[in-house]
Amino acid sequence: MTPQLAIFFVLAALAVLGALNLIIQRHPIHSALSLIVVMIALAGLYLLMGSEFVAAVQIIVYGGAIMVLFVFVIMLLNAGVEERTNVSKLAGVAGIPLAVALLGFLAAAIARSNESAQAGVEAGTLANTKEISTMLFKDFVYPFELTSFLILVAILGAIVLAQREKS
Amino acid sequence: MVPTSYYLILSAVLFGLGVVAFVFKRNVITIFMSIELMLNAVNLAFVAFSQARHQSDGQVFVLFVIVVAAAEAAVGLGIIILMARNRQSLNVERVDFLKL
Repeated sequence: MTPQLAIFFVLAALAVLGALNLIIQRHPIHSALSLIVVMIALAGLYLLMGSEFVAAVQIIVYGGAIMVLFVFVIMLLNAGVEERTNVSKLAGVAGIPLAVALLGFLAAAIARSNESAQAGVEAGTLANTKEISTMLFKDFVYPFELTSFLILVAILGAIVLAQREKS
Repeated sequence: MVPTSYYLILSAVLFGLGVVAFVFKRNVITIFMSIELMLNAVNLAFVAFSQARHQSDGQVFVLFVIVVAAAEAAVGLGIIILMARNRQSLNVERVDFLKL
C-alpha cells in the first residue's frame, strides 16, 4: 500500500465517521463540531489530490465562515437537545431503504464507468492556483460577476429576514 | 496514486449519509447542516473528476458551489432565526404553517 493510499483511507475514515457522528449526536452543537471534522478531512483529501487552492478555500470558507455562522446561530437560539417526536410514518418505513437504494444507484453508476476507474488521481499534476485563476477570470468571468450579485442579494435577504418587525 | 473511483465512492457514501441525516433529524439546524454535507460530497466528486481528467473547470465549479453554499447559509439561518422566534421551537414537526 502506497503512502498516498494510506493517507486516503485515514482521511476517508475520518470523514465517514464524522458524518455518522453528525447523525448519531442529538445536540446540534455536537453535530456542528463533527461536521467541521468532515470538512477538515475533505480539505486534506483535496491537498492529497494536489488542488491546494480548493483545500485552502474549503478551510477558510467552510471550516471558518459557514461553520462559525452555524455555531453562532446555535448559541443565539440556545438550541438544546433534539426532542424526539414520532417520526413521520413514511420516513420511518421508507427512509433507510430509499437511502440504501440511492447509494446503490450511485455505486452502480460509478462501477459501470470503467473509464474513470482506470485513471488515477496523481498529486500535483496540474490545475494549480494560477490556472484556476486564469480560467475563473477569463472563461467564467460572467458567472463570477453574477456570484457577486448573488451575495449582495443574500446579504439583503438575511438583513430583511432577521430584523425585528417595527410595531 | 489513488484510483478515482475511491474518491467517487467516498463522495457517494457522504452524500447518502447526508440524505439519511436530512430525512431522520428533527432539528432544523441539523437538517441544514446535512444539506451542507451533501454539497461537500458533490464538491469532492467535482475535484476528483477535475484532477483525473486534467481539466481545471471542475475546481472553478467548486468555487461557485462554495459561494452558493455561503449565500444559502446566510439566508437559511436568517429563516431559522425567524422560525425560532415565531414558534419557540426548532423542531420541524412543529412548523406546519402550510398544513391544512
